[in-house]
Amino acid sequence: MKKLLFAALAVALVLAGCGGGGKSDVIKVGWLGALTGDQAVWGENELNTVKMLFEEYNAAGGIEVGGRKYTLEVIGYDNKGDPQESVNVTKRLTGQDKVVAIIGPNSSGNAIPMAPILEKAKVPDIATVATNPKVTVQDGKVKPYNFRVCFIDPYQGAVAAGFAYDRLNARTAAVLYDVGDDYSQGLREFFKVNFEKKGGTIVADESFNSGDVDFRPQLSKIKASNPDVIFMPYFFKEVALSANQARDLGIKATLLGGDGWPSDQLISMGGKAVEGSYFVNHLDYADPAVQDFKTRYKAKYGKETELNGFLAHDAVLLFVEGLKKAGKANGEAIAKALEGIDVQGITGRIHISPETHNPEGKDAAIEKIVDGQYVFQEKYAAQ
Amino acid sequence: MDWTYIQGILMLAGINMIAVLGLSLLTGFTGLFSFGHAGFMAIGAYVGAWISASPTSTPAGLGLPFVLAIVGGGVAAGAVSYFIGRISLNLKGDYFCIATLGFGEAIRLIFNNVNRFGGARGWPGVPGKSTFLAILVADVVAVLFLANLVKSRHGRNMIAVREEELAAQIAGIDVFRYKMLSLIISAVYAGVAGVFFAHYMTFIQPKMFSLTKSTELTIIVIFGGLGSISGSVLGALVLTALPEILRTFEMWRLVFYGAAVILIMVSRPKGLMGGMELTPSGIRKMVAERNALREAKARLLAEAQGGEEE
Repeated sequence: MKKLLFAALAVALVLAGCGGGGKSDVIKVGWLGALTGDQAVWGENELNTVKMLFEEYNAAGGIEVGGRKYTLEVIGYDNKGDPQESVNVTKRLTGQDKVVAIIGPNSSGNAIPMAPILEKAKVPDIATVATNPKVTVQDGKVKPYNFRVCFIDPYQGAVAAGFAYDRLNARTAAVLYDVGDDYSQGLREFFKVNFEKKGGTIVADESFNSGDVDFRPQLSKIKASNPDVIFMPYFFKEVALSANQARDLGIKATLLGGDGWPSDQLISMGGKAVEGSYFVNHLDYADPAVQDFKTRYKAKYGKETELNGFLAHDAVLLFVEGLKKAGKANGEAIAKALEGIDVQGITGRIHISPETHNPEGKDAAIEKIVDGQYVFQEKYAAQ
Repeated sequence: MDWTYIQGILMLAGINMIAVLGLSLLTGFTGLFSFGHAGFMAIGAYVGAWISASPTSTPAGLGLPFVLAIVGGGVAAGAVSYFIGRISLNLKGDYFCIATLGFGEAIRLIFNNVNRFGGARGWPGVPGKSTFLAILVADVVAVLFLANLVKSRHGRNMIAVREEELAAQIAGIDVFRYKMLSLIISAVYAGVAGVFFAHYMTFIQPKMFSLTKSTELTIIVIFGGLGSISGSVLGALVLTALPEILRTFEMWRLVFYGAAVILIMVSRPKGLMGGMELTPSGIRKMVAERNALREAKARLLAEAQGGEEE
């Protein structure tokens, strides 16, 4: 038994020791995200997207930087969706693998603690779906090495509130949210503020805890307050469960959600209950600009891309443009080049503001669920 | 291998080590299992962050020196543990374990709801003051204090409580008092670990202090070996570094991690260092016990053979 143990450890150590020694004409780019745990679906999707795009660039002869052709290599690590692991991974990517930039992660809680390490190592990070404002700006100061390609929670909250008030003519709204989830708490806060600013009334504000499967007590209270819309800022699994239970209780109000909704599972689990609901999305799935990527992804991996893939795609685009603009494979130069850069991505135009490092003025898409399909309604910009 | 990366892992291991040493006193030396020590870490982390974070940041702190944060975090966790102990230490065995489990989860849920401290969205902008040196010093102090405590009369009383509560009581040991002392000290350790953790991550979220974290701490104590300080030290180092060493296995990493832990536990059922210490006298004792065992085996074998011959 002991021999077996030592053999296993020896193998692990030998394997861990390998994998150094890159060629000089390769530019290494890091990726981090969840490949295990409950966010693994999205992580795998992002990493696959980055791999696919890099392969395509390389097959086309690589990228010309400062008059020389380089090929791109992605080094992706799992962070389990755990901030502590994100810190480890960031240290490994910047210190050991010497990447010039990092793509990901998808969650804000994982992106925020990376900032001091990135600053020390002078390596920029482009987050995919991390929507918390504090990912790029802390106490009014922009973090020099943190960027993102998605809109932020205050904006998403404003879009949802504005759309509910102006387009759905809702005057009363109820909110049900996950008190244990940072994303959910953020969206709820900004929806409430903006809906009340518009002149609407929040008639119920109920919470549940991450992992709950029974929402009937909260929904009963919501039913008693008789709202026009119910805002559900959390992820598809809970959305499907709570929507089903709401309909069982006889709640007829329109359901409204954020970018945690889009998933095949929502339709298969939610079925009739989510029919006629609206949600805020980063892009319109039917947009001609995204079809090409969707088909390429499906052809390569044999399954549909999730929402994260589109944003990972644009993060790669943004990185490549930044690299070209910088003219050298150097993290500091790329970070400088990314400020104020203007790229047409598949999720919209991405113009990185030097003050916030966010894509300014990126429209949100409103989708409606009709006959088990996501039907694009309109591009909606909050005022 | 790059030093910043290795240093980062060592710092994390060092932080875990502080919490594990505390838990080792409670579980390994006093015989009380806890599944709520992440709760004490959370209290330490939040109080520490509150003391040292800048008053101009959001959420705002007091902007006081890091040393005060360490003291404050430790004291706060210790104080809370006193009240928890008053309520739950009369519970026996598994029941105490369940009570701590409930406590740990309750603390996390409370922080989720306290918007003053950032709620579930967390607290970014905690100053990154956990240096390698500071953690190293804290670890050395933690080990020395614990080693001396265990050797003292108080420590021996705790061991007596672990071995046989009733007998300890008959011998005149105030069982409740020693359980309480052990719990408070272990909570202070966890609180201090929480302070270092917050200032290492520069960002804290209630999610980080879930049941998984409590379980991880208990696993490290058992993996290292109950009733062994060097075991806790080794356990914290090995189990914090292992997931990083296994990174090359990509998505199979955690499977290998689990397998490695099982392998080690099977080959060393009492943990890495169950009841042993890596001190000169400890090693002598280990060797002596091993020799005695071998001699006894040989003697028994010889007797058995002798019996056959007759």
